[in-house]
Amino acid sequence: MNKTGLIIQREYMTRVKKRSFIIMTILGPILMAAVFIIPMILAVNSEETSKVAVVDETGIYKDRFKDTDKLTFTILTAPIEEVKESYVADGYDDLLYIPRTEVAIPKNAIIYAKDQVSVTTKSYIRGVMKEEVMEQFLLLEGIDPDIYDKVRKEASIDLSSFIIDEDGEETKSYAEVSMAVGYVGGLLIYMFIFIYGSMVMRGVIEEKTNRIVEIIISSVKPFQLMMGKIIGIAMVGLTQFLLWVVLTMGIVGVFNAAFADKMLDKNIPEVTQASTDMIPQQATAQLAQADPDLEEVTGEGFLEVLDMVKSINIPVMLISFLIYFLGGYLLYASMFAAIGGAVDNETDTQQFMMPITVPIILALVMMPSVIENPSGPLAMWLSMIPFTSPISMMMRIPFGVPVMQIIASMLILVATFVGMTWAAGKIYRTGILMYGKKVTYKELWKWLRYKG
Amino acid sequence: MEFFKAENVSKQYQNHLALDKVSISLPKQSIYGLLGPNGAGKTTFIRIINQITAPDTGEIWFDGEKLNPKHISRIGYLPEERGLYKKMKVGEQAMYLAQLKGIPRTLAAKKLKDWFEKFDIIDWWGKKVEELSKGMAQKVQFIVTILHKPDLLIFDEPFSGFDPINVNLLKEEILNLRNNGSTVIFSTHNMASVEEVCDHIALINKSKKILEGNMKQIKMDNRTNTYRFALRNLSQQPKELLPADISLLSEEVEDDSTSFTVRLPLSGNPNELTSMLMKHGELTMMEEVLPTMNEIFIRKVTEMNQ
Repeated sequence: MNKTGLIIQREYMTRVKKRSFIIMTILGPILMAAVFIIPMILAVNSEETSKVAVVDETGIYKDRFKDTDKLTFTILTAPIEEVKESYVADGYDDLLYIPRTEVAIPKNAIIYAKDQVSVTTKSYIRGVMKEEVMEQFLLLEGIDPDIYDKVRKEASIDLSSFIIDEDGEETKSYAEVSMAVGYVGGLLIYMFIFIYGSMVMRGVIEEKTNRIVEIIISSVKPFQLMMGKIIGIAMVGLTQFLLWVVLTMGIVGVFNAAFADKMLDKNIPEVTQASTDMIPQQATAQLAQADPDLEEVTGEGFLEVLDMVKSINIPVMLISFLIYFLGGYLLYASMFAAIGGAVDNETDTQQFMMPITVPIILALVMMPSVIENPSGPLAMWLSMIPFTSPISMMMRIPFGVPVMQIIASMLILVATFVGMTWAAGKIYRTGILMYGKKVTYKELWKWLRYKG
Repeated sequence: MEFFKAENVSKQYQNHLALDKVSISLPKQSIYGLLGPNGAGKTTFIRIINQITAPDTGEIWFDGEKLNPKHISRIGYLPEERGLYKKMKVGEQAMYLAQLKGIPRTLAAKKLKDWFEKFDIIDWWGKKVEELSKGMAQKVQFIVTILHKPDLLIFDEPFSGFDPINVNLLKEEILNLRNNGSTVIFSTHNMASVEEVCDHIALINKSKKILEGNMKQIKMDNRTNTYRFALRNLSQQPKELLPADISLLSEEVEDDSTSFTVRLPLSGNPNELTSMLMKHGELTMMEEVLPTMNEIFIRKVTEMNQ
């Protein structure tokens, strides 16, 4: 095996075998899976029903509140002051009070509760009341609610957006999906650069303070040692990332399988729908009864999600992710390595961290602006400048970027990281043998120009 | 026959000249002491030989060829500032460093085990480096330096941190290596060990070489006409007997025996003094006292610095 290979192997093996790496690799997916699983468990296990006492002074709503799986309604006729005193003692969780008003159609209501009222309860009540209020208004205006319903259904606009590329090919676009994918990609690259870049720096400082560096560079060139370390750590990062993806998918998959039956038993609609969609289930059921077509909507929704996923060009995303992932990491890691070589200990790194952190933080801060106008000049320039392009371009790609721009940005990135690695190698080579000297930027500039 | 030669090697750092036209030549199978005060330029010179840095001017020859990267595998270097990866296991680490020197894995394992046995540290193979004492870590570094049987060995302060028993062990190994064909550069401030092991020396001060040659020859060249005598039943005190141009350096009396050291003027002949002394007592010992390397070192460096 050649010497750089040996160095890569050592850098990789010592880190992968570390307890902290193993713990992080296991904990990461558990945390990520928890994001998916906890709502699932909550949805299945929240069997408690809330008992709601209703004091309706208007008398309009008394037949409107139908019991659901989670909510039971009891209409009370006692005056509100009395009920307010006693509803907790009577075993109710919440008290809904609809006061009498002077206007024909009462729109105000108050919920009293022991503690925070759940969002589902609130949105169910709001939904029911809104239906009723609307009906009242329609009647007041002399419009048949059935006609209104029909009109509303007919008038729903399906606005889809398509992207037409140079070949005239049309693909349906989903801005929300692109946004999510862009954010995730950009943030992952940011994380990877920082976590593993500073790992390179610490590794260099460790070798320097251990005084092993001179033993090693009597066998290999300093540049080989630096590149071996950078590549070895890149592989550690890729390993961890891959394991996270695989383990997260595995854990979520297992839970999905285990809970699927249970969820069917409970007749709970899609978990995601339950947590995001606040439409009361009963209302949906009523609507479904009124319109048999509606049952197919969920089916269509599923197809639409599939379509959304398909709208992301997965191979392009993966390949560009990998290129920006590695390009960005290599660019920054060589700078981190140079800093590690220049200082004696970690506390001295602060003064040199600034020029590294500023561009990367800038890319992070600019994320919303890039998302807002992914083909605007700001986004364009940020995705060309190599210090910000890994993050900024990653966010733009899901929205579709001209191929020429991607190629240009990648070429600039590669050229910069080659140049930066060369420069970092020079600083590194001089720095690792320099002890007990307070290094300044002027000093670094001199090191850059040393020959041989 | 010379194995290694440097001609007019200079190295300029930003604010100072680290080496100023230094030329040295190492005979094959010699132990060559590279001496000089701190900051004289020894480490820079050693780094140039290891191709860690390149000289600004000058030529370097290694075994008849111009020094080039191929030679790295034929050089073993034990730097003064040396350490190991603290979190790595001793055996793994030794294997890693041996393979970096180009020894194949299986061979490295076998050779390392042999050396670990020999140096009595085999029990530490699976331990972490941070558990080792300084002396044991030094042994590991020494083994790794010589494992690939280099033709040129460079030891920078090899004995620091060793107890006397291990210093002896190392000295023997260094002599063995020399006898088996290696050429050794030995850089140290410990003049006693220079006297013990070196054949040749070069003295560097303020970036310049100020002395080079065979150690015995250097001592002869720097002799000070100093002699030690021992006489029994000396009739008078030495200082009363000695002529005015001869200085008495030290004197010691034990029972009936008197011993003393004198320095003759540069042109002086010890025979006259000896025959004169023999009239006053029974001569039991007379020898020339050659200067120690320590004395030569201090004298040469102070002379130059004045």
